Amino acid sequence: MTPIFYLLAAVTLAGGLAAVLLKHLVHSALAVTVAFAGLALLFLQLDAQFAGFAQILVYIGAVAILIVFAILLTRGSDLPKDGVFSKTWFLGLLIAAAVFAVLGWAVLASVSAIPQQNTLPSVTVHDIGNALVGRYVLPLEILALLLTAATIGAVIVAMHEKVRSR
Amino acid sequence: MLGDGILKGMAETARNFFGSYVSKERLTTVEYPEHRIPTAENARVFPFLVYDGADWEAGMRCVACQICEKECPPKCIYIEKSADKKPDYVGKPQFYPARFDIDISVCMSCQICVEVCPFEAIKMDTQFELATDDRFGGLLEDREKLARSNEYYHSIHPTEAAEVDSRLAEEKAKVEAKAKATAEAAAAKAAAAPAVPPAKTEGGK
Amino acid sequence: MVATLGSANSFFVNPLFSNFDQIFVLLRDWLVGFLPAGLQPAAGVLLGVIAIVCVFPGLFALTTVFERKGLGRIQNRLGPNRVGPYGLFQPIADGIKSLTKEDIVPLSANAVVHFLAPLALVVTVFMGFAVLPMGRNMVLVDMDSGLLFFFAMGAATELSVFMAGWSSRNKYSLLGAMRAVAQMISYEVVLLLSSVSVVMITGSLSLPKIVAAQNTYSGILPHWYIFTPWGLAGFLMYAIAATAETNRSPFDLPEGESELVAGYHTEYSGFKFALFFLGEYLAMFSISGLGTTLFLGGWSAPLSFLQFIPSWFWFFGKVMMSIFVFIWMRGTLPRLRQDQLMNFAWKFVLPYTLLNLLVTALWRFMGEGWQRWVVCTIILAAAYIFMGRLGMRGEHFGRRSYRYAE
Repeated sequence: MTPIFYLLAAVTLAGGLAAVLLKHLVHSALAVTVAFAGLALLFLQLDAQFAGFAQILVYIGAVAILIVFAILLTRGSDLPKDGVFSKTWFLGLLIAAAVFAVLGWAVLASVSAIPQQNTLPSVTVHDIGNALVGRYVLPLEILALLLTAATIGAVIVAMHEKVRSR
Repeated sequence: MLGDGILKGMAETARNFFGSYVSKERLTTVEYPEHRIPTAENARVFPFLVYDGADWEAGMRCVACQICEKECPPKCIYIEKSADKKPDYVGKPQFYPARFDIDISVCMSCQICVEVCPFEAIKMDTQFELATDDRFGGLLEDREKLARSNEYYHSIHPTEAAEVDSRLAEEKAKVEAKAKATAEAAAAKAAAAPAVPPAKTEGGK
Repeated sequence: MVATLGSANSFFVNPLFSNFDQIFVLLRDWLVGFLPAGLQPAAGVLLGVIAIVCVFPGLFALTTVFERKGLGRIQNRLGPNRVGPYGLFQPIADGIKSLTKEDIVPLSANAVVHFLAPLALVVTVFMGFAVLPMGRNMVLVDMDSGLLFFFAMGAATELSVFMAGWSSRNKYSLLGAMRAVAQMISYEVVLLLSSVSVVMITGSLSLPKIVAAQNTYSGILPHWYIFTPWGLAGFLMYAIAATAETNRSPFDLPEGESELVAGYHTEYSGFKFALFFLGEYLAMFSISGLGTTLFLGGWSAPLSFLQFIPSWFWFFGKVMMSIFVFIWMRGTLPRLRQDQLMNFAWKFVLPYTLLNLLVTALWRFMGEGWQRWVVCTIILAAAYIFMGRLGMRGEHFGRRSYRYAE
C-alpha cells in the first residue's frame, strides 16, 4: 500500500464521486473518464501492462466517447429539473452497500484461497496471448460472436432507419 | 485502377514544386517592393495637370473653365478662377486657375474629368504609392503638386500624349493659318482699297 | 543505465562510429554521472524528457515554415520569405503573435473544460513519444507493450478533441468535434489492425524489438517490412489511417475553413490555439515515427554500406520524409466529404486491412521461399483491383450535358 496507490485510489474515487454528484451530464461523463484513467493507472501500478493500456484504449478511447455521443444525440444535455438526487436515495444506498459487501467478501475470500507466493508472477503479453488461444479459447470465441451480433444489430438498426426515412 | 488519379496528381504537384526552382512560369510571384510589374500604358490612378514648356505656372493648359469641377461625381475638385488672363498655347488670353485642389482620398479614378476637359489640361497619372500618415492634409493635392510637364505625360502615356500633341499642333496650325489668311486678306484689302471699284473681284479672296 | 555499444550487430567495431552514433546516450550518461547513484535513473529519464520536449517542438517550428514554403512552391508562389534568411525565422514571429493575442473565452462556454482540452491534447501526444526508438539505444522507456501504450495515448487524444468542441458552446465547433471524433475512431481501428500484422511477424509489442528485427540485411538490401507484399499493403493502409487520424488533408473536414470556420478549435485564440496547432503537428510527428518504426525499419540504414551514418539521422530523416509526403498530399488532393471519408474507411480500408492480416498469417506459415512472395502479392493485388473496381462502380459519369439559359 504505497503512497502512489493511495493517490491513485483517491483520484479514482474522486472521479467516481464527481460523476454522480455533478449536475451537468457531460461533466459527469468526463469525471467518469477520470475514474477510468485512475483505474488504468492502478492496473499499471500492479505491473499489468496489457490490462492498463487496454483499459485506456478501450474505456477512455471508445466507451467514454460512446457515452458522450449518447448524451449529445439524445436530450440528455439539458439540466435535470428536480436536481441530481432521487427521492429513493436511501434504498439505493442500501442496495449499493449490499453489492459492495458481496464483492468485498468475494475478493477477500479469493485472496486467502490463492497460495501465498513470495514473488509476483510476471505476466507478459505473450502469456496473455497464449492463454487466450489456449485455455480460454471458448470464451474468446463467444465474445467474438457477441461482438459480431452487436455489429450486425447496429447495421440493421441503422439500415432500418434509412428505409423508414425513405 | 483505384488511386491512379491521386498518383497523377502527385506527379503534377511534384513537377510544380521542382519546376518552381528552375522555370519562371512555375513561379509567377513578383516580389514587391523589390521588383515591380510595369503598369500598363492605359493605367489610371489620380489626375494631374499638364503644363507645356519649363514654367509650370505660365505653361499650364488649364483655363479654369470648371467643367471638370461640375462633372466630377464625388466632387473632389475645387477651382478658383483667377482675376486676370494669360496667353495659352495659341496665344489667346485665357483665365487660369488661382486654386486647383483635388482631394485624392475622395477621387474615384473614373476619368470623367479627363473625358470632359476641352483643353487637354487634365490627364490621369499612374503613380499609386501615395500612402501618407497625415490624415488631414496629406492627400489634398494643390495646383503645384498636381502640375506635371508634358514630357512627363509623354513618358507615362506615350501614344495618348503623341495623339494629344498632334491634335494641339493641328489646332495651333489651323489658328495660325487662319490668322495668316485674315492678315493676308486685311493686307490685300488694304492694298486693293484705293483701286477702281470694277476691280473689286480681284482683291477680295 | 550504461549504454551497451552496438551489442546486437557485429559491424560496429569502429569506436569512432559508435561514439558518434551513441553521442546523445553518452552525453546523457556523462551528465547523469555528476549526480549520486540513487538519483541517476530518474535523472536520466528526466534528461530524455527534456530532450524530447525541446527537439520535437523545434522540429514543429521548422515544419510550419517548410509546409508553408512547400505548399507555396507547389502552388506556383513563394512561401514566407521576409523573416530571416529564406523566411526560416517565421515560426518565431508566429510564436510571438500567438503569445501576445488576447485569450478570448466565450461567455457561455464551459471554462474549465475549455481550458483543459488543449492541455489534454498536448500532454497525451507528448506521452506517445516516450516509446519511439529514435536511434540505437535511444528509446526513453523500453516497455514490453510499447505499441499498445502508443495507441492508448492516441485514443486519449480523441477525448480532448471532443472536449474542445463541446465546451465552446458553438454549433460549428460541436459539429466539427463530432465529425472529427467519428473520423478518428473509424481510422483508429484501421491503424491498429495494420500494425497487428507487424506484431504478428515480429512476435513482440516492444518497438525496439520490432526495429531490431528489421535491422538485418540480405546482401545490401534491408529487411524492412515495407519491402514485403503484406508490409507494403499494410504501410499504405497505415498511411491512409495516419492521415485521417491527424486530420490532415484530404481528411481535414473537421478543420476545413470553408466548411466549419475552424471546426473544434473555432473558439480558441492566442496560446491555446497555438497548443492545438502544436498538438496536431506533434501527433503527425509521432504517428510518422511509429510508421517508420513499424514499416520503414526505424533507425536502420537503407543500404548495408550506409550504416556508418548514425542511426538517429536515419530515424529523423525518415520521419521528415514522411512529413514531406504529408505536405505533398495536402498540396495535391481536395478534401473528402464526411460520408465519403467514412465510406472509404469502413468499406474499403478496413476490409483490405483484414485481408492483409490474413495474408500476413499466410506469409508467416508458408515458410521461406519464392512461393510466399508470389502468392501473397497475387492475393493482395487482386483484392486491391477488385475492391477498387467495386468501390468505383457507381461513379460512372456520362458525357457532360450543358443546358443554357434561354
